[in-house]
Amino acid sequence: MSDLTHLTIAEAEAGLDKGNFTSVELTKAHLDAMSKRKDLNAYITETPDQALRMAADSDKRRASKQAGLLEGIPLAIKDLFCTEGVQTTAGSHILEGFKPPYESTVTTNLWKQGAVMLGKANLDEFAMGSSNMTSHYGAVKNPWKRSGDAKDLVPGGSSGGSAAAVAACIAMGATGTDTGGSIRQPAAFCGIVGIKPTYGRCSRFGIVAFASSLDQAGPMTRTVKDAAIMLKAMAGHDPKDSTSTPGPTPDFTKAVGQSIKGLRVGVPVEYKPDGLSSEIMAAWDKGLAWLKEAGAEVVEVSLPHTKYALATYYIVAPAEASSNLARYDGVRFGLRVPGNSLDEMYMKTRAEGFGREVRRRILIGTYVLSAGYYDAYYAKAQKLRTLIANDFKQAFQKADVLLTPTAPTPAFAIGENLDDPITMYLNDVFTIPTSLAGLPGLSLPVGLSADGLPLGLQLIGRPFDEETVFKTAAVMEQAASFKRWEAC
Amino acid sequence: MSLDKATVQKIAYLARIEVREDELEPLAKELSGILHWVEQLAEVDTDGVPPMTSVSAEMALPMRADVVTDGGYADKVLLNGPETTNGFFLVPKVVE
Repeated sequence: MSDLTHLTIAEAEAGLDKGNFTSVELTKAHLDAMSKRKDLNAYITETPDQALRMAADSDKRRASKQAGLLEGIPLAIKDLFCTEGVQTTAGSHILEGFKPPYESTVTTNLWKQGAVMLGKANLDEFAMGSSNMTSHYGAVKNPWKRSGDAKDLVPGGSSGGSAAAVAACIAMGATGTDTGGSIRQPAAFCGIVGIKPTYGRCSRFGIVAFASSLDQAGPMTRTVKDAAIMLKAMAGHDPKDSTSTPGPTPDFTKAVGQSIKGLRVGVPVEYKPDGLSSEIMAAWDKGLAWLKEAGAEVVEVSLPHTKYALATYYIVAPAEASSNLARYDGVRFGLRVPGNSLDEMYMKTRAEGFGREVRRRILIGTYVLSAGYYDAYYAKAQKLRTLIANDFKQAFQKADVLLTPTAPTPAFAIGENLDDPITMYLNDVFTIPTSLAGLPGLSLPVGLSADGLPLGLQLIGRPFDEETVFKTAAVMEQAASFKRWEAC
Repeated sequence: MSLDKATVQKIAYLARIEVREDELEPLAKELSGILHWVEQLAEVDTDGVPPMTSVSAEMALPMRADVVTDGGYADKVLLNGPETTNGFFLVPKVVE
């Protein structure tokens, strides 16, 4: 039965429709595969009983011709999405044991379309990290290794458990969230497809908040078409999130397979910093060549404020985080460390409950918002954010979609890059500007490095134009014929 | 801006995170490093640039009638409380 895990979502839907196998069989195959890949630490909580129940219900719905978009498809859910009655930790000690009494809107939408939950995927604590090494529940291993080297590599972060699960075929797809690159960078490190849609496309209701003006949910899958199917199921307006976009969600799958003749593909000149891996540079050139061959025109664009994006992000995101994470005080949920006064209880609880990186970001955020420093740091960063967003508006006068690398290097080893926080932050140099501007960004695998690791490229689109992104990605995917089953 | 131990202590109190005395010095160094790095933004002239408060700011926020749309389940709200009693969360004594 193990070959049931080597299917795309689209293929599995076809197989289920024809009656070749049932969702219960498909789900069992994945639960078996999960039990064999515990070493990856991709899941914090596995929910096999619930998965089989959901699969059995799905088979009944299909039998009565009521199949949804993801009917019977087993998925991993990043442990940042609240799932009713199932522990939701955000990768933090402070939320250990928390069982939400409600369901996030995105997961509600997935279950409505028939999806099956395999479990909750590991992540960097409160989604703060680019390596999955900050999770209280242990690092996740990348299913890929350098050829001839047994060293364990990081899956990227923060959606590292999601990316590792999909790459290792212990989930057909997974939800991720992306604040500064947390879907795209792990997708690149693990050789899968991941899209952060336009800010507002998916409801943030029930997603543990990190930086509310940046957080977006998105799908992580093995193919572009699967990502289009899954995003369609996740997205939509939600009255419970006033920043979610009103209006209908397009059928993204229709974009997959369309011609890109005459499409203008922009190459930002500022995205070629010193020290960019020559392999990534070569992959980028190859990507552009494929697009030209398919009839697209390549144009140079300029995003002059790119070099300030990281610093802007590391003011805005910690500021919002310090405010959002104020709710973890030991009173209403999660960990409580007793103290003699209310203040002492708060301080002890938060000192013990938050890990090092989270504490660091809360302190920075508190400082940049504090009296006397607000204008110098936070207001300044918000103005830079305007300039960065304007850069993209200008660029999209000349181009319809932009192509860039996703990350400056392939996956690195567990334990590397930990000494200096800023070195770690540089991982997100290509993904953060898109996040600040709220634009859709998709990462897809285009090839392997000389030592056998996946390399990803990023496509950036205009606001709410995921269709052009999907259309372009599908063309590249076909040209790349990436070995997507290699890590299964 | 370089942070000294007293400032770190003050921020930590504002954030209600206990920091041990021996952690203050290394933390001050770490945070100062990050602040020095973000201060590169000062070299950009932002006079007259409006601050971007939200991606969706260009879109008017929707209005709705000011009515109760949810609630009425105190038991569910209390379910995850570390200490609760008679429909309330319990905290250490606040008023002497």
